[in-house]
Amino acid sequence: MIEVTNLVKRYGDHTAVDHLSFRIEKGKIYGFLGPNGAGKSTTMNMITGYIASTEGKVVIDGHDILEEPEEAKKCIGYLPEQPPLYFDMTVLEYMKFVADLKKIPRKERESMIEEVMDMVKITDMKNRLIKNLSKGYRQRVGLAQAILGYPEVIILDEPTVGLDPKQIIEIRSLIKELKKKHTVILSSHILSEVSAVCDYVLIISHGRLVASDTPDNLSRLAEGSNTLNMLVKGEKELIETGIKSIDKVKETEIGFNEEEGAWNVSVSTEEQEDIREEVFLKMAELHCPILEMKSKKVSLEEIFLELTESEKNEETNHDSSL
Amino acid sequence: MTAVYKRELKSYLTSMVGYLFIFFVLIVTGIYFSAYQLAAAYPKFEYTLSALTFIFLIGVPILSMRVLAEERKQKTDQLLLTAPVSVGNIVMGKYLALVTVYAIPVLIMCAYPLIMSKFGAVSFASSYTAILGFFLLGCANLAIGVFMSALTESQVVAAVLTFVLLFAFYMMGGISSFFSQTSVSTCIAFGLLIVAAAIIIYVMIKNVFISVITGVLGEAVLAVIYFVKPSVFEGGIQKILEVFDLSGHFSNFTNSMLDITGIVYFLSVIAVCLFLTIQSIQKRRWN
Repeated sequence: MIEVTNLVKRYGDHTAVDHLSFRIEKGKIYGFLGPNGAGKSTTMNMITGYIASTEGKVVIDGHDILEEPEEAKKCIGYLPEQPPLYFDMTVLEYMKFVADLKKIPRKERESMIEEVMDMVKITDMKNRLIKNLSKGYRQRVGLAQAILGYPEVIILDEPTVGLDPKQIIEIRSLIKELKKKHTVILSSHILSEVSAVCDYVLIISHGRLVASDTPDNLSRLAEGSNTLNMLVKGEKELIETGIKSIDKVKETEIGFNEEEGAWNVSVSTEEQEDIREEVFLKMAELHCPILEMKSKKVSLEEIFLELTESEKNEETNHDSSL
Repeated sequence: MTAVYKRELKSYLTSMVGYLFIFFVLIVTGIYFSAYQLAAAYPKFEYTLSALTFIFLIGVPILSMRVLAEERKQKTDQLLLTAPVSVGNIVMGKYLALVTVYAIPVLIMCAYPLIMSKFGAVSFASSYTAILGFFLLGCANLAIGVFMSALTESQVVAAVLTFVLLFAFYMMGGISSFFSQTSVSTCIAFGLLIVAAAIIIYVMIKNVFISVITGVLGEAVLAVIYFVKPSVFEGGIQKILEVFDLSGHFSNFTNSMLDITGIVYFLSVIAVCLFLTIQSIQKRRWN
């Protein structure tokens, strides 16, 4: 659907996007995740042809965005960070203008505008001037503009920024709806949003792609191993040997917890294995009561921090070596 | 193109700007018409028009300042530039909307010779030739305004730039007479211009070699031409400055002349300005 190869954008000496490559397949929701200034918006602006890349190629449905801009742009609906609205128009006038701009055939225009306005729930507002709308409604009008014409790819730059929690949930369910007919790319710096909505996550940091996978796979990847944290009463050696006798255990760490008068034990396993029952039975057998047991799951947040932080560290190391 | 055109025209005619411009042009025309035609009973409407050329200095910036600058400021250019429409069509649509707004007072002006004919002999041919020239002059001024509006995202800066430029062009006839016409001074002036061009090239691409080569080569060619045929330079500055003298090219129209070179000149100014507008928008995308 969309193929991005070696995309680079330089502003003077500053590299905003650094050799980014990825593929977008049909019928999925993709999430661009990254801290502020990571190059998400710049990348989206390049995909949609708003700005040109310094190097690299963007091919949309077989059309290069710089060589056949009009063909390529037909496949895309774009909601930029700030919805591109004309304040002196009413919602309906604006929708008609966009339909005109996107060259939607005259016959389908009326019905399509109505359909889209229903979808984002702005039909009640259709005769209001856009300048009198609240931020949430403006965002919806922006979204309606992107959906209009039912392009194959819909690109949304931080679609839920500035909305109240109820609106956020509505917009999210709308985005999930869109998946049935469209490919959606959205960017966000909010992790819960990406993990809630997206089928596939691309984590960007300092203009580089640091990870790309499904949210589940990403958390599995970062876990590497499954960790179990416990608080166990008894003798240290006994506990240690007891745990080591379980096959799947990879590593154990034991430290004394003075407050509780027990041992903090953390156990990591080889794979995605659940050893809670075995550990329980073993400890029971040794008469070492387990006071607490927690299976630690790595959240997307931690992966995100880990990936973007390590990137930053590398960079500082690199700088100091110069 | 029609989508942009329709939106732009509607926005001018639903906000105050369009009406303000039309009001301004018509009231000044009315004042001059009363003075020349009604009070002094002068039968030539051309005369009124030739006195009116200053209205573009104020009218054009009012009308054109927001045309592209506002799009950039409100980020609505993101909608236009990511829609399946070429930059050329966007600029054309916007420019034609401006021309349409400007055509409204010009059409009303067309009634003046008719009114005058009720009271005496009026040459319609020369009156309407002058109105055509006046229309083209205005269109050329608007094209300059559109270009200035593309350079900045501030309406105020766009308006001031347009005013300064139009004022300089308006005064061009007077300014050019300050310069000496002898071939020596013209040659020296051109020499300085080449040095300036070389410096500008250096600032823009930071390459000593290319800018030095350009400068030296330019000066050498200039020197050779000067020694071979110094008469080429006589009045050279005036010839160059004449290109910018918009209202000077209008004067033939007011002298009952359907000046083809004038028409070509105005159309070329429009084409160059719109081309530069498109290029400046394209260039910004590459930066």
